[in-house]
Amino acid sequence: MVVLIPLAKIAIAISILLFIVTYLVYFERKISAWIQDRIGPNRVGPYGLLQSPADVLKLFFKEDIVPSAATKFVHSLAPVISLTVAMSTYAVIPFGPDIEIFGQKVRLIVADVDVGILFILAFASIGVYGLTLSGWASNNKYSLLGGLRSSAQMISYELSMGISVVGVLILAGSLRIYDIINSQQGWMWNAFIQPIGFITFVVAAFAETNRLPFDLPEAEPELVGGYHTEYSSLKFAMFFLAEYANMIIASCLITTLYLGGWHLPFIDSATLSYGLMPLISVMIFVAKVLFLLFFFIWVRWSIPRFRYDQLMNLGWKVMLPLSLLNLMWVALLVYFFKI
Amino acid sequence: MNIEIVAFAILATIGIASAILLVLQKNPVYSALLLILHFMALAGLYLLLNAQFIAVLQILVYAGAIMVLFVFVIMLLNLQNEQALVDNFNIRKIVSFILGVVLFLQFAVFFLVKAKNDIDIKKSPDSIDAGSIQNIGEALFTTYLIPFEIASFLLLVAIIGSIFLAKRKIE
Repeated sequence: MVVLIPLAKIAIAISILLFIVTYLVYFERKISAWIQDRIGPNRVGPYGLLQSPADVLKLFFKEDIVPSAATKFVHSLAPVISLTVAMSTYAVIPFGPDIEIFGQKVRLIVADVDVGILFILAFASIGVYGLTLSGWASNNKYSLLGGLRSSAQMISYELSMGISVVGVLILAGSLRIYDIINSQQGWMWNAFIQPIGFITFVVAAFAETNRLPFDLPEAEPELVGGYHTEYSSLKFAMFFLAEYANMIIASCLITTLYLGGWHLPFIDSATLSYGLMPLISVMIFVAKVLFLLFFFIWVRWSIPRFRYDQLMNLGWKVMLPLSLLNLMWVALLVYFFKI
Repeated sequence: MNIEIVAFAILATIGIASAILLVLQKNPVYSALLLILHFMALAGLYLLLNAQFIAVLQILVYAGAIMVLFVFVIMLLNLQNEQALVDNFNIRKIVSFILGVVLFLQFAVFFLVKAKNDIDIKKSPDSIDAGSIQNIGEALFTTYLIPFEIASFLLLVAIIGSIFLAKRKIE
C-alpha cells in the first residue's frame, strides 16, 4: 500500500498530462483559427477531434533524421532532457485538498516536499539545457543561435521570476505549496495583494516557456525553426510535448501561487457535505488552469514577437526593478499590517 | 543492506566517475556536461544528509545558472578540442606532482588514521532538522549575520568590477 499509492499517483498524473497535451494542441489550433476567422482542423473525426491523435501517430512513423555533422549522443540526449525535466516538475504540484479513499488519507500530490517551490524553480532552470544542447549538437548555425538565445533568455527571466516568488513566500511563511495555497483563502489571493508581482511572474512564465511574444529561440521567420531545426520524428515530438507540458506547469504554478489554488471566495464559506467539497475544489483548480491555458494561447495569437534587444531590455531594466519593488511592497505590508 | 548506504554508493560513484571523466575529456562541452552531472550527484548526497534546501540550491545556482553561463560561453566561442600538451617535463611540473602526492597522503592519513573513530558518528535527532530552511535562515540572520552581509557586499563589488571592465573594453 505504501508503494502502491505513489505509483498510482504517478501513473494518473502522467496519463492526464499526456491527454491534456494532445488536446491542448487541438485547442490551440481551433482557438487560433477562431482568432484569425478561419475554421481550423475539421476533417479527422467529428469537429476534427481526432486530428491530434492522428498527428501523434504520424510523428511515430516519420523517419528520424540525424544530420551527419551532428554530435550524435548529445543530439539524442537534448530532447530527453527537455521532456524529463518538464514531466518531473508535476511531482510537487497539488491538484486539490486531502481526500479519503478506503479510509486512507490521500494527498492529491505525488511528492509533498519541504522545498516544493524551489524544486520547481531548480528543475525549470535545468530544462534550458535541452534547448541549448540541441542547438549546439545539431551543428547548424540557426540551431546554435536558437540555443544561445534560449540560455540568455532563461537566465534573464529566471531572476525576476525568483524574486517575484519571494513575495509570495513572505506572505505564506513557507516553501511548501500546500501552505502557500492555504494562505490564500477567501479574497486573500496573491494576485490582489501583490498585483505587480503577479504581472512580473506571468510575464516571466511566458518567457520561461518560450511562448510568443518570447519565442525567440525558435523564431521561425529568422531562424528557420531555431533549436529544433534539425529534429524530426519522435525527437521533435518530445520537444513539442515538453513545450506544452511546460505551459501546463506554468498555468498550475500561476494558479497555486497567485490565484488561490482551489480556493474561491464564496465556495470557501459555503457549508457543503464533506464528500462534495474535494470534488468541487479539484474542479475549481482545473477551471483556473484551463483559463490560464486559454490565456497563453490567446496571447500567442494576439501579440507579435519581441526583438532580441527589446527582450533583454525588458528583462533587465523593467522586470527586475518591478519585481524588487513588489518585494519591498510585500515586506512593508507584512511589517505594518501584519497580514 | 541499508537503502541509504546503497544510495550513497551510487551517488558517490557517479560523482567520482564524472569528476575524473571531466578532467580527461578533450571536448569542453562534454566537460561542462560532466560537471553538471557531478553537481547533480552532489545534490543527491546533500539530500541524504537531510539538507533539502542546500541540495535544491546546489541545482538551482550551480547546475541551473552558473553552468548555463559556462555552456553559453563555450558554445559562443566555438572552442575546438583541446590539444595535447606537448611541453616536456620541467621543474614546475615535478614540484607540482610532488605537492599533489603530499596533499593526497595528508588526506589519506587524516581520514584513515586520525579521524577513523569519528567517522561513524550516529545521527542525533537535532541533525535531521539542521538542514531545514528555518534553521539555515535563523543561522544566517543571527549567528552569521556579519559574514553573510560581507559576502553579499563582496559579490556586489565583484559585479560592479566586472561591469567596469566590460565597459572599458568597448570604449
